[in-house]
This record gives sequence, C-alpha cells and structure tokens, in this order.
Amino acid sequence: MPPTPPGQPVLRLAGITKRFGPLVANDAVSLELHAGEMLALLGENGAGKTTLMNILFGHYVADEGTVEAFGKPLPPGSPRAALDAGIGMVHQHFTLADNLSVLDNVMVGTEPLFRLWSDRGAAKRRLLDLSERFGLAVRPDATVASLSVGERQRVEILKALYRNTRILILDEPTAVLTPQEAAGLFETLRRLTADGLAVVFISHKMNEVFAASDRVAVLRGGRLVATRRTAASTPEELAELMVGRSVKPPTPAAMEPGEPVLALTRVTVASGHGRPLLDAASLTVRRHQVVGIAGVSGNGQSALADLVSGLIHPDDGRLTLCGAEVGRADPADMIRRGVARIPEDRHATGLVGAMSVWENLIAERHRDPAFSRFGVLRRRAARAHAETVIREFDVRCPGPDARTQLLSGGNMQKLILGRTLAHGPQLILASQPTRGLDVGAVSYVHGRLLEARAQGAGVLLISEDLDEILAVSDCIAVMYHGRITPLLPHDRVGVGQLGLLMAGHWDILPDIIGESAHAS
Amino acid sequence: MRLEARPHVPLALSLLAPAGAVAAALLLCALLVAWSGASVPRAYALMAEGALGSRFALTETLTRATPLILTGLAAAVAFRAKLWNIGAEGQLYMGALVAVVLGGGLFDLPSWLLLPLVLIAGAAAGGATLLGPAVLKVRFGVDEVVTTLLLNFIVLLFVSMLLEGALKDPMGMGWPQSAPVIEAAELPKLVERTRLHAGLLLALGLAALLWFVDTRTVWGYENRAVGANPRAAQFAGMPVTRIMLRTALVSGGLAGLAGAAEVTGLKGYLTLDLSPGFGYSGIVVAMLAQLHPIGVVGAAVFIAAVFVGADAMSRATAVPNYIADVLVALSLLCMMVAGLLARYRLRRG
Repeated sequence: MPPTPPGQPVLRLAGITKRFGPLVANDAVSLELHAGEMLALLGENGAGKTTLMNILFGHYVADEGTVEAFGKPLPPGSPRAALDAGIGMVHQHFTLADNLSVLDNVMVGTEPLFRLWSDRGAAKRRLLDLSERFGLAVRPDATVASLSVGERQRVEILKALYRNTRILILDEPTAVLTPQEAAGLFETLRRLTADGLAVVFISHKMNEVFAASDRVAVLRGGRLVATRRTAASTPEELAELMVGRSVKPPTPAAMEPGEPVLALTRVTVASGHGRPLLDAASLTVRRHQVVGIAGVSGNGQSALADLVSGLIHPDDGRLTLCGAEVGRADPADMIRRGVARIPEDRHATGLVGAMSVWENLIAERHRDPAFSRFGVLRRRAARAHAETVIREFDVRCPGPDARTQLLSGGNMQKLILGRTLAHGPQLILASQPTRGLDVGAVSYVHGRLLEARAQGAGVLLISEDLDEILAVSDCIAVMYHGRITPLLPHDRVGVGQLGLLMAGHWDILPDIIGESAHAS
Repeated sequence: MRLEARPHVPLALSLLAPAGAVAAALLLCALLVAWSGASVPRAYALMAEGALGSRFALTETLTRATPLILTGLAAAVAFRAKLWNIGAEGQLYMGALVAVVLGGGLFDLPSWLLLPLVLIAGAAAGGATLLGPAVLKVRFGVDEVVTTLLLNFIVLLFVSMLLEGALKDPMGMGWPQSAPVIEAAELPKLVERTRLHAGLLLALGLAALLWFVDTRTVWGYENRAVGANPRAAQFAGMPVTRIMLRTALVSGGLAGLAGAAEVTGLKGYLTLDLSPGFGYSGIVVAMLAQLHPIGVVGAAVFIAAVFVGADAMSRATAVPNYIADVLVALSLLCMMVAGLLARYRLRRG
C-alpha cells in the first residue's frame, strides 16, 4: 500500500455527478475519508448512497468528477483497479458462492488463473490469523450454504481483508442482521478502524449512526446536504437533514381493546422434519389493539404470518377470525374475511414487479364487480382507483402505468398499504412492515397502522426490530421455537426481559405476568 | 463497454428490434450465399419473389404461415405464464390424429356441424396432451421441458404405429397414411386453385382474440401475474394451479388446432410428414414476436416466407434450401441480442 502522509485523506471524491436518463442520482458530491475513520453515509432510499459507492468501487462510471485513493486518481469503471488500490466492498446482497467453502470464497480471484496448485495451507493460516485478529469467527472449511446470514457477512468482510483492503465500504450492513449480530458487527468495524482502516457504511438507521460512526455524511436527492461530527449532532438534526423536514414519531393514544378479531388456540403447524413451525401457539388480537410479536429470526414468525395470510393451515388447534372458525382458508378467503396482509418480502410476495402500478393495486380484488365485468377488466375504473391510492397514500411514481419494479422500497410499501388498507380491514397482518425503509417511510407506515387501529382494526405486528415493536405495540408476545408467550402489556415489560424471553428463558414469565396481574 | 437497464423501452424500439434482427440475419446469411458462389442480391431477389412475388407465391407463404401462427401462439401463451411447452409438435399430431379419425366418415353430419366438431376435438386432444405434463409440474414439480419434449417422440411413434396398423388406408398402396377425411370435414379454400384455406382466418382471429384476452380480461391479467411472479399471484389470492392448467389447455389446444387445420384444410389425410417441425418453429415464431400475439402473425409470415422463398431460390441458384434453416436460426439468435439491446443501453467506458 502506498504510504499516505498523515492528515491526508485516504480517499477523495471530487464533484461526482451521475445521471440515469432524467434522474440525477448524484449531484456534484465531494467527500473525503481519513485513515482510522468510520464514516456513516446516511440518506433515504433513492438518495444516491448506493450509486455513490458503486461509482467509487468502479461498478458505475461517473458522468463528472474524480475519485482519488491514497493520493492517486482511480481509473473509472474498474472494480479491479479499486481492489488493487485497497478498496473493498461488502454488498447488501452478498456475493458468495453458496456451494463452495468459506476458504474457497475468500481465495477466489486472488490466485493466478494458470497455476495448477494453490497454497491452501498458507491461505488458511492467513484467514485464521485475520479472523482471530479482528474477532471474526468463521470455520474455513464450512460450506457457505450452511452459514447464517451473520456468518456470511463475516466471510464477506474477511474476503475484503484478505485482499489487504484499507478502505472498506459496507452497503446497509445491518439490514439483514439481528440486533445482537449488528452489535457484533460494529464491534468488529471498530477494531478495523483502530488498525488504521477507513470504513464507510451506508445506513438509514439513526441509532446505528450514533452507535458507531465518527463522522456522518447526509445525502438527500443526490446532493450531499451536510457532513457532521457525529458526537456534535443529534438524531433530530440528522433526521431533518435526511428527510428535508422534521419527523415526529407517531405517539399511539391509549385505547380500550374491543372484541377479539383473531384468535389462535393451541395451533400447531408441522414442518415435515423435526421441530414444528408452530407448536401449540395461542394468541388473541382484539380491535383497537396492536400486538407486537418479537423474536429472533427463524422462530416461527414466518409460519405465523403464512398462517394468517392463508398460505398454510393448522395441523392441529383452532384459528378463529371475528368469531368464525377458519378451516382450510386460502389467501382469497382471508382477503374476503377482511384480513389486510402486509408481507415480509414486498418484492417476492407483495408485488408483481413487471406489472404496472394499477395492475398491482387491483391484484387482490380484480374479480370484484368494481374492477371487472363478465371477465373483462374495467381498466378505466382500475386506473381511477390507482390515482386515488397514489394520492391518498402519497406514492411517488410517474403514474398508474409505471412499472412497479422502478419504485423505491418505501413507495412499494405504500402501494401495498394502499392495496390492503383502502378497504376497511378487520385485522391487519404486518410482517416486517418497515424492513429496509427510511425514517420518513417508517413513520408513515406506523402512522397508517395506528390510524387503522383507531378505526377499529386489530393489528398483528411481526417484527425483528425491537425498537419498532416497542414504539407502536399495546401488547407484546415473544416467539421462541414456534411457541408464543402470553401477551405482555407494553408498559410492564422491559427490553432486558424481552431479550431473555427471545433467547428462550421463559422461566422469568411467571414474574412478569405475576407483576402485571398484580399491578392491574 | 457496459449494459445499463433502460427505465422504459420505447414502443418504436421494441418494433425496431425484430426488424433490425432480421436485417442482421440477412447480412450474416449473405456471407454463406456468397460462399456457395451465388450472387447475393440475385439470390435474395429470387427469394423475395418466390415468397411474395406472385399470387401463387403469396398464397403458398400464407398457407405455410397458418400452422406457424397457431403453434407460435401456443408457445407464446405458455411462455407468458412461464410454462415451457416444448411439446407443440406432439400436440399438433394428436390434434391431427383426432381430426382424421372423427372427420374420416365416423359421423355423417352436415359440414357446419362436423367441421367445428372436428376442429374442437382436435384442439381438445392437443390440450389434453399438455395437461399431463402440466399436472405433473404443478403437483410434483416435474420439469415440463423434459416431459413435453419427450412426449413428442411418444406421440410420433404412437401415430406411426396407428398409420402402419389400425388407421392404415386400405386404398393407400401400402403407404403409411390414413384414409382421407370426408368432404364435409374439409375447411373451405380461400382462393380458387390455390392451397390457401380458411385455417388462416381461424389463426388470425385467434391471434386477435388472444391479444384481447391478454390485455383486457381477468384471465389474461391472471396469466401475466402468474408468469411474472407466481408467489405474489398466490399471495394475492389467485388460484395459481388452476391458472397454470388453464394455460396448458389453451396452449396445447392451439397446437392441436394447428394439426387439425392442416389435416382438414390442406392435406386431407394424416402422414408422418404432416409437420416439418411446425411445433418447434412455433417456439422461434413466439420468440421473434417477443411473445406478443399480434407479433406472432408477423413472425409466422416472415418464417413461412423464408422457407417458401428459399425453395424457389434453390431451384434457380446453386444455394441449397437449407439456407432457410440457417436464416431462421440466425434470426432467432439476432432477436435475442436485439431484445437485449432494446431493454438495455450500451455504454462505453
């Protein structure tokens, strides 16, 4: 690595401008990064964070501006040159070969192509050395397919370090991690900066920025609107810079819960092998009530969501909606019964990306007389409906005919909200409703959920984001190994207790329930 | 050089893409024509004249295009829903088989009754042939590319068996061919003293109908949703399995109808060379048309013109008529590139 004089930036972006057709993704962005520094790149979806980092790494070529690493200009459009200059990138969607071992994944691309042998022993020693030095525990011989998401991310980071990376870029590194894994990640990153690396991480989560970064750069609409020393700023200031207006978190008003809309009575769903997905799970959601389901990913939350969506059926136990027992329901049946469903994955299950906005908005109701007659679509009515939803739910898109996959994540979510909430639902199933959304969109989604609660809907909120659960739930239940705790009133349970319950220490339950029973 | 996705593909560009692809294929083929020693302009002029230059040439091209439109639609409908039906050839023969059996004097009905019966039964036979692989796909996840492709051989051997046995025409001088259909089961001719028959009108009408169904109806809407994202379609409450089976019936039915129309409109009887690969060419037609029902008509006429024109050209020059196969294959390859270029922008740097 070329030595950099102290005080000189290791990386300098000057006047970077990038246009995609009429859209200006980056507008004259200039940014410097110093060795040993952790910079957070903060901005809403579509603010141009990922584009900027892709230019830096050579995936895109900037229309204007230059990139300088360690005092030398970087040739545009060459990831190879960026790698050689000591820049490493960990993408949001990992770039690992699932069928190869950890060691193979780390070594790939570092070996000469035309050589019949490779020194795997030395490579393994080097990998283990790096792994130990930075606290990134991995098993070099495990296949990537067998690793958890957190472990895969560690492999990605090690892959970058193995190539002598001095500048590490991470694109939304915590989007796929549990809170515990995220804390571990930031600990690792701090060790790296202590070792003299410069780290940039892209984020739109305020708590991460304050927990980890030294400096924060805020992008809005492609422009760099501010850089701040993190310690000298406040979450309110950054949120305002990021969104361009002040953001107030919604404050749920206390409400008396009404009659039950959803009741699970000892519902079991078999998985076909081993532990059941749901194991004698019981749960009640009432009108005017938000029930938050907390838990570490993979403890049956998806099965619960699928059950209420109508995708799977109970093998044992009873599922009741508004007092009527539901047998073998399908999604169409659930929609008819007034269940508004916000799926976990809006790209894969929520929307048909290749179809237009109006086509997606009628997807659950295209056979209604409002949208079709004698098997022929009423396109004008459907478009008019789309116009209304676009206006009422503030969907930012060119119009009803826009292709859905061109929308940002937040706008896709608004589209789903518009599709399901426009029809006065009895029950709302919100599965990870704000995953990957920015501050503005998160508060919008929460506001809509609370509004529906005020109008008499019951809300089942399944989330891996504990802050979200605590912010909007009236009652909280924890899932572990397919089982669900009784409802715990929000004001009687602390984060520490929830953490213990999420880790399976249900022996503390009697204390919490006893306390709340005693208090009420 | 790099590719960048276009946010919108302009209509002009999506029309230009097939035209450009055909032009590129003609240019590439010119090399082969020149190599075989013929003059390129003369060869292409002969080809154009042979395909379109006279009343006879034109009707021959349209006659050849008729089954290609139907098999092209069969492929387009299925591929839209991501049902990879490679078995149109077999479905076509099943349709032809049923048509020749029912139209061969089994019923003595007036033509207005018998002809629809024969055509509908032929279509039903084609649809039923695809239904098996489709059920295996939705129930057990069996790859329909394999099952539909292999069914082609089974159907052909089955037809061959019948033509050598039960269905063999006693008046056929020992040839493996069926007895002809009776006059009441023949499709009327469109133009006197040519081979062009009413099957063309049927094919054109179905292309228009499919375009309407695709863009304007609940069925088409559901088909497109299932094709683009079956998980999202299921989540939104659409009966994905039923939609897949419905698509299979329509796709197989179109291919079966192609066979029935060839028998009742053109050949009159069934032989093993009824189709020179119309089922497979239908895939090329559908791809050239970018799966658009109206585009299928244009693509089918183009491919028919290439085959008919190449025959004429090879009679007058030293270029073998295999050049038609090369030209069609090159068109498909060029279309793939053109489709890519329409969807993406080429950037240098």
